[in-house]
Amino acid sequence: MSRDVRVTGRTPVVIVVLASVAALFFVLPFAGLMWRVPWSNLFDVLGDEDVIRALSLSLRTSIVAAILAALLGVPLAWALARTRFPGRRFLRAVATLSMVLPPVVGGVALFFSFGRRGLFGQWLHEWFGITLPFSTAGVIVAQLFVAMPFLVLAVEPAFRQSDPRYEDAARSLGGSSWFVFTRVSLPAVRPALASGLLLAWARALGEFGATITFAGNLPGRTQTLPLATYVALETEPTEALVISLLTIGISFTMLLGLRDRWLEVDR
Amino acid sequence: MVACGPSGSGTDTLTVFATSSLTEAFERLAQAFESETGIAVESSFASSSDLAKQIVEGAPADVFASADNANMNIVAESGLLVDEPRVFATNSLAIVVAPGNPLGISTVDDLTDPDLVLVTCDESVPIGRYTAEMLGRAGVVVSPDSYEENVKGIVNKVALGEADVGIVYVTDVLAAGDSVTGVAVPDEYDVVATYPIAATRDSGAARRFVEFVSDSEVARDILADFGFGAPE
Repeated sequence: MSRDVRVTGRTPVVIVVLASVAALFFVLPFAGLMWRVPWSNLFDVLGDEDVIRALSLSLRTSIVAAILAALLGVPLAWALARTRFPGRRFLRAVATLSMVLPPVVGGVALFFSFGRRGLFGQWLHEWFGITLPFSTAGVIVAQLFVAMPFLVLAVEPAFRQSDPRYEDAARSLGGSSWFVFTRVSLPAVRPALASGLLLAWARALGEFGATITFAGNLPGRTQTLPLATYVALETEPTEALVISLLTIGISFTMLLGLRDRWLEVDR
Repeated sequence: MVACGPSGSGTDTLTVFATSSLTEAFERLAQAFESETGIAVESSFASSSDLAKQIVEGAPADVFASADNANMNIVAESGLLVDEPRVFATNSLAIVVAPGNPLGISTVDDLTDPDLVLVTCDESVPIGRYTAEMLGRAGVVVSPDSYEENVKGIVNKVALGEADVGIVYVTDVLAAGDSVTGVAVPDEYDVVATYPIAATRDSGAARRFVEFVSDSEVARDILADFGFGAPE
């Protein structure tokens, strides 16, 4: 599948130097981490009950968050790309704001909106008895809040670039609007959707600030891998390194494995 | 080693790492110290355990003020203390609840109610260990809903109305003003927290700050204003 794009002629030396600096900048922190990892008791730590619980919680919540991000984010991306309505640019900015918000501020904002005393949360609490803070559902809400923008940003340009004439054609042949969306619009953006889903999932997996602020930190219920890493850093720094290695390993494998298979965008 | 000036842009800036429960008191102390000596103080507040770790990893602290001896010892064991630490203040525990205590919490036993949203800190953070010690003495077992990063996190969750109850220092309840209400912990269960301070860099300014905090009348008054006790 993968197509080699060869550069003809010489690459400017400046570019090579700067690119090398960039590459080293990313590689060195991981090398530093690996250097300190206590390889001898790796499996002791990985078998630790708290670590397994945090891993399981992290996987469950981040996968649910990524699926929800796609379920809600794809329609939003489509609406932003294909429809005209007042305040569209404003909405696009708001929908991606949580990417640049300090995560702790995001957590506090979630309190003020979905918390027990929040703008909407108080009704959730009063009418349905649902309280999001300090619950596993709260973890997913925090992850969704920071992860969905990645999906929207990946998918929206793809919708905008895909040729609307295919959709027009399908519609003129009698396809319902739902049929057109699921059979024509959606397949056209599949590579972008896959990469968006992956980025959103990876972001959800690494989420820390909004989670510890909004969902709290309780083993088994809200203590995800990044939170377990943070707690371990207080007491068992070497354990913390092994847990972060685990997180990195999972994300890296996914990013590496899926890259070639799904993300090969037509050039 | 040459006695190099404190970190920061100017030579007259002192970097103080202080545990979160000292936030309000140390802001005032820093002002008093600055007007007396002309040395500006930059403070970094976090849990004692976070700060101890940062100092051990090479953070540019001139002075460290901890909420317990254990975290001070972590820094001491790394050979980073210039002098013996000095205890300059004490603190005790209080139950923190929403303003006006709507749930009517009056004793430590009330904390066992499983429907209460109770937040605390991990035992690596001083308040977490003091809390465990106090509950142990009272023979009370609680089921926390979250382990916060530091004591201010506990106060904030209660002030925001998201948690029903937490155990913090008496001084935190005082500092939070009207946003929370404190319920006293009975004396027989209470734990006395001791606060040591030490210079972590060999500079005149750092030593002077440590002396100011642990010996001066001004500092003693400020600490008393914020509810801290004097060391024995």
